[in-house]
Amino acid sequence: MTPEQIRVKDKDIHAFLEVFDDAQAYGEGPLSGKTIAIKDNILFEEHKVSAASKILENFTAPYDATVVKKLKAAGAMIVGRTNCDEFAMGSSTENSAYGVTKNPHDLERVAGGSSGGSAAAVAGGMAELALGSDTGGSIRQPAAFCGVVGLKPTYGRVSRYGLIALASSFDQIGPFAKTVFEVEMLYNVIKGQDPMDSTTITHETYPVRKEFSKTIGIPRAFVESEGISVEVKENFAGAVKKFEDLGYKVKEVALPNLKYVLPVYYIIMPAEASSNLARFDGIKYGMHKDGKDVIEDYFKTRGAGFGPEVRRRIILGTYVLSSGYYDEYYGKAAEVRQLITKELRELFENVDLMLTPTTPSPAWKVGEKSQSPLEMYLEDIFTVHANISGCPAISLPSGFAGKLPLGIELTADLGREDNLFAAGKDFLNES
Amino acid sequence: MAKLARIEISDTEAEKLSREFDAILGYVGEVKSITSPQPLSLLKERGKGRGVFNVMREDGPAHESGMYSEKVLNEAPAREGNYIKVKKIL
Repeated sequence: MTPEQIRVKDKDIHAFLEVFDDAQAYGEGPLSGKTIAIKDNILFEEHKVSAASKILENFTAPYDATVVKKLKAAGAMIVGRTNCDEFAMGSSTENSAYGVTKNPHDLERVAGGSSGGSAAAVAGGMAELALGSDTGGSIRQPAAFCGVVGLKPTYGRVSRYGLIALASSFDQIGPFAKTVFEVEMLYNVIKGQDPMDSTTITHETYPVRKEFSKTIGIPRAFVESEGISVEVKENFAGAVKKFEDLGYKVKEVALPNLKYVLPVYYIIMPAEASSNLARFDGIKYGMHKDGKDVIEDYFKTRGAGFGPEVRRRIILGTYVLSSGYYDEYYGKAAEVRQLITKELRELFENVDLMLTPTTPSPAWKVGEKSQSPLEMYLEDIFTVHANISGCPAISLPSGFAGKLPLGIELTADLGREDNLFAAGKDFLNES
Repeated sequence: MAKLARIEISDTEAEKLSREFDAILGYVGEVKSITSPQPLSLLKERGKGRGVFNVMREDGPAHESGMYSEKVLNEAPAREGNYIKVKKIL
């Protein structure tokens, strides 16, 4: 597609914040001839990048993110930057300062988020591949809503150098595509240790603890938590049957601490976000609003530059980190995080994969949930465990509720993306 | 809290936020009641299991001097020569 053709196609969907007129192949490699869209929080030298925020409206990236360097070397053509929730905070792209992305399968509904534009660009055929970032499900949930494949790799697998940070102990960059085969190909291009991101891992960080034996665990009590829609339950039962038909051994497993994933996530994430976003001060870069002195400049710039959800999370994070509340909120959440991680790692001594739905319901209507932040947070129930533990997880298209796509999610042990690809290809009949 | 976070918000928003926070903190506050056995030993085990350690490079120039200066300075809201201009602090 030419930039003009993408713009025409994107008119009703709004997957892109900008379609680049200067798209070109910089090198030659495994992605030669492929088009890719990147989320608007990944730096691409001499191109604008805004994290879908007013505070970075006119910011131009001074360098390439490591993943962009790798895309260039692999021959990919970066066609544009995609819409997302502001600073990746949200589950629907309704928090973008530049308008919502519509679901290509139903234009009245959201594409999911926060990487909704990347998912919609692939689903709408405007790019073959896309990159997103996943802090609590921001790749997997929009992938499910848009009917494509989305992977959150193991924490540390992909360098975040040049990714605008949300919550640094959770953030991970990952691929979108229509097939597991392409997701794996893109993953192989972007992964790897990077001296510019000291959290990146090597292939030796997590030695293999169990050979792949086609075993899947289902945390039944968790999957049947309150608020899961009937369509999702039926679809999930169908997916379980399909794995059984494919020769997988499926067993019920109990993970009693999994029910605490959302409280833990919604304490640690805003805490880290409030620290990370302290850098936006109206002095070094980005928007500046003038007050009578430096302090008033901060207040005015941050008040005007950040949207409502970003303000909400920064203030919430400031609260849980404040003296007097730190131990009972942040300290406790960090402790429970260890419990959940331990429980998951023990599970993966006995099974290769954990299977859940990706989302509790199909894509909702634009505006339906924007009045209640807590209700929106509950949508992340099936995805945040992977960020809390660092484990890799993939969302696979698993059918439809009417015309709306649904997804199932496989989670694997730290470092075992290979299991996700093997089972994913089986499930989608790619092998 | 908004003052601590250096964010200007209106009284109406402050009121709305405080209602929302009651709901959110009520929900996430569930963690306060969870008891965990030997939390410290868990932390240690995880540190070992995940190979977590500090990564540092030798002190020295990270890149050619001045390589990014123009680009970075051009992003600053106010600039004077090769400096970012800041208001008087004292």
